[in-house]
Amino acid sequence: MRNHVLRPLFAAIVLVILILTARQIMVPSDFGVHGDSFTYNFYRAGAVKDWKNFPVSYKGRQYCAECHEDNAESIAKSKHAIIQCENCHGPAMDHPDNPEALTINRSRDLCLRCHMALPYPSSHREDIPSMNPDEDDLEKTCVECHNPHNPNLEDME
Amino acid sequence: MSCSRRDFLKKGLVGGAIAATLPLSNFKFLTPAEAKAAVGDPAVRWGFLVNTYKCVGCGFCVKACKKENKVPYDLPITRTWVERYVVTKDDKTHVDSPNGARDGFTSPKIEGETINPDDIRKGFFVPKLCNQCENPACVQVCPVGASFQTQDGVVLVDRKWCIGCGYCIMACPYGVRFFHPVYKVADKCTFCYHRITKGMKTACVDACAFGARQIGDLKNPDDPVTKAILTERVAVLKDEYGTKPQVFYIGLDENVR
Repeated sequence: MRNHVLRPLFAAIVLVILILTARQIMVPSDFGVHGDSFTYNFYRAGAVKDWKNFPVSYKGRQYCAECHEDNAESIAKSKHAIIQCENCHGPAMDHPDNPEALTINRSRDLCLRCHMALPYPSSHREDIPSMNPDEDDLEKTCVECHNPHNPNLEDME
Repeated sequence: MSCSRRDFLKKGLVGGAIAATLPLSNFKFLTPAEAKAAVGDPAVRWGFLVNTYKCVGCGFCVKACKKENKVPYDLPITRTWVERYVVTKDDKTHVDSPNGARDGFTSPKIEGETINPDDIRKGFFVPKLCNQCENPACVQVCPVGASFQTQDGVVLVDRKWCIGCGYCIMACPYGVRFFHPVYKVADKCTFCYHRITKGMKTACVDACAFGARQIGDLKNPDDPVTKAILTERVAVLKDEYGTKPQVFYIGLDENVR
């Protein structure tokens, strides 16, 4: 065959080999179909491991109770027992190492998340004792009178 | 074709030698269970159950999700959110979700509008999150294989592989995906994959004081979530899209989109 036919053919073959080599190097070896569907299960297997290794921040009330027994016991007897410690105290992360102390949210806005009066029939919100800061006493924050771990005022006396 | 005895023995010897180099395990018969396991039969299928009757719209789930999964707290992006629906007596539906309900619903005003309580026919809250669809449209459109479905049915994004083209964000009929401004990739609810694979519940399920959110294994018939889905009246969002969502809702209203 003539040279002008062979030369571009060789160039094309070299190019294909280059692309295939680059692909071999750049695509991770664990990339492939991991499951029965090519459409949905075509991925890098290491990505699953990456997500599994994501750090856990919210440790749950058992973790808190390991050290703060008294507080865990006191709230367990109140109606607030259904609320996780970390909802108000913030995520534990690696407490007590990091952070050394957690910041407690004592704001009225935190209480209002559940206790703001909203007139929604058929919503569970109506069953919760509620207040309206536009009408009610605003001189004090809620926690000055109500202990969040035992919010019933009659119990406190 | 003729074949002499000498040729037959020669070829047989060569063939036998090649066969001897193959390990015997290549010729093993697999039981149906073994065959299934070989192509990947996951023992678990994660599913979610939302009871809208129990939700009070406190938004602790949204706050916990954002902090747990390090989603930038003050940007208008979130992996899960809570919607408020108020249907008035003139058949109008008012919907809002300020900041995705990160700070809960602490005002009766909906988008600046005050509605007279006497005009309200019904009002309720609907938590939303990724539906972890059986047929995820977002995964189909990914041009690089960065979005995928794990063996236990969770749709994840490979942050090292995603090129941030945004096709999946447009493809999701539920709008649960967004562009992560820090990692410059698509981001979405992972069912807290780092927690559920350690035997914990998702951050939003733990944060919910009222049991409005539950996660469970749909392949385990004794799981309380599976039992509820099988025996109670549940619905999924946008069934007509054929995505087969695996987040089931108790008390889903026709006004919820």
